[in-house]
Amino acid sequence: MSKLKSAKEIPIGGLIDEAGSSRKFKTGDWRSFRPIIDEEKCINCLQCVVYCPEDCIDSSKEGRGKINLDYCKGCGICANICPVKCIKMEEEAKFQK
Amino acid sequence: MRQINPDVVPAFPITPQTAIMQDFATYVSNGVVDSEMIRVESEHSAMSCAVGASAAGARVITATSSAGLALMWEIVGVASGLRLPIVMEIVNRALSAPINIHCDHSDSMGARDLGWIQIYSENAQEVYENTLIAIRLAEKALLPVMVCQDGFITSHGVENVEIFDDTDVKKFVGEHSYPYSLLNLKKPVTHGPLELQDYYFETRYQQVPAMEDALKEYLKIGKELGKITGRKYGLFDEFNIKDAEAVIVCLNSTAGTTKAAIERLKGKKAGLLKLRLFRPFPYKEVGEALKKVKKVIVLDRALSFGANPPLYGEVKNALFDMGYNGKIYSGVYGLGGRNIFIEEIEKVYNDALNDELKEHFYVGLRECP
Repeated sequence: MSKLKSAKEIPIGGLIDEAGSSRKFKTGDWRSFRPIIDEEKCINCLQCVVYCPEDCIDSSKEGRGKINLDYCKGCGICANICPVKCIKMEEEAKFQK
Repeated sequence: MRQINPDVVPAFPITPQTAIMQDFATYVSNGVVDSEMIRVESEHSAMSCAVGASAAGARVITATSSAGLALMWEIVGVASGLRLPIVMEIVNRALSAPINIHCDHSDSMGARDLGWIQIYSENAQEVYENTLIAIRLAEKALLPVMVCQDGFITSHGVENVEIFDDTDVKKFVGEHSYPYSLLNLKKPVTHGPLELQDYYFETRYQQVPAMEDALKEYLKIGKELGKITGRKYGLFDEFNIKDAEAVIVCLNSTAGTTKAAIERLKGKKAGLLKLRLFRPFPYKEVGEALKKVKKVIVLDRALSFGANPPLYGEVKNALFDMGYNGKIYSGVYGLGGRNIFIEEIEKVYNDALNDELKEHFYVGLRECP
């Protein structure tokens, strides 16, 4: 957890002077439901990759990759769009201690 | 404005500021200036346009009054929150309702907490000079500036104005410098993000020392302008305060009327403190100037419903800080453009000097039948 900066240490007027800084903000912690993919059922259609609004489902020439839990907000669009319904939204609390 | 030659002028008309934008449009049309004049669909758009242009590094001037300022209120706060050096001419006009096109200070007073520097002008000469100061001050402080003048009384009165040499003024105004332009590809920035509970307070707080510095910068820039004009630009002007027993504090054109009243009361101990800089409010300086005056009479051209009138509130604050033990009076006048006459101000002074003045009074109001 990084230390919060003081008024003198931040740019004025809320200016952001660093490109791509939103990557530092791990919005994954907003999640209340986590997508779990049944690898057996997945047909590698890559619809989930295309529809994810956070672009956090990896893909390569081998097919669909992992879901990046640092940024996945648990919106469930991937589960909704999956043509074979192999993605289930499970309660995030189950995975937290 | 012609001498400043701003980059962008977003324009939307409202009485009594329309003439400013209208006359400037003639300059644009005749190629006297290079300004990009953008006719927008409302004042909210005018300020939004100003914000966008200023963030892109343009020198921006616009103008509004009353309901126009009220309509752009949301973005007025954005301009100061984003620390943009926008200059806006406010031609003071009463807020609705009732609808009224004439002068009072309810518009700029209503916006006094939005983080803009506010300079008030007694006459056309002062509007001109305050605008020159404002352009420089906005850029130094990175805070937007409102230059205020009385609607109709000043805006539509015909006065002689001494215009200074174009070269001198252009040299004084200088090139626009803004360090965080959106168009600067070498230092790309994003303006106006969301800030949550963890940072909003710190970012907003930054405007506090900025305002404190702005007071000092206003004086410095005023001194520099004085080299061209030969005039002095203080936080306020003092007339006959040293020997005065009763001093009126007021803003804009009423200061001129008050001076006339003081002249008629020759021999009587009547003085005037004409405040020029209302935001940041110079508490210490006003307190120092008035602490020995037996009777301070603050005349407000605006009400703050449910509370003390704005100027009175600030002056009382300043005097309290000085441990003032005199009498301070609050007079409200001129709402909706009702004139205040020299005779009425003379009466205020006389009543005060004779200890007949009520602590809270109104000038020219038909309170009861």
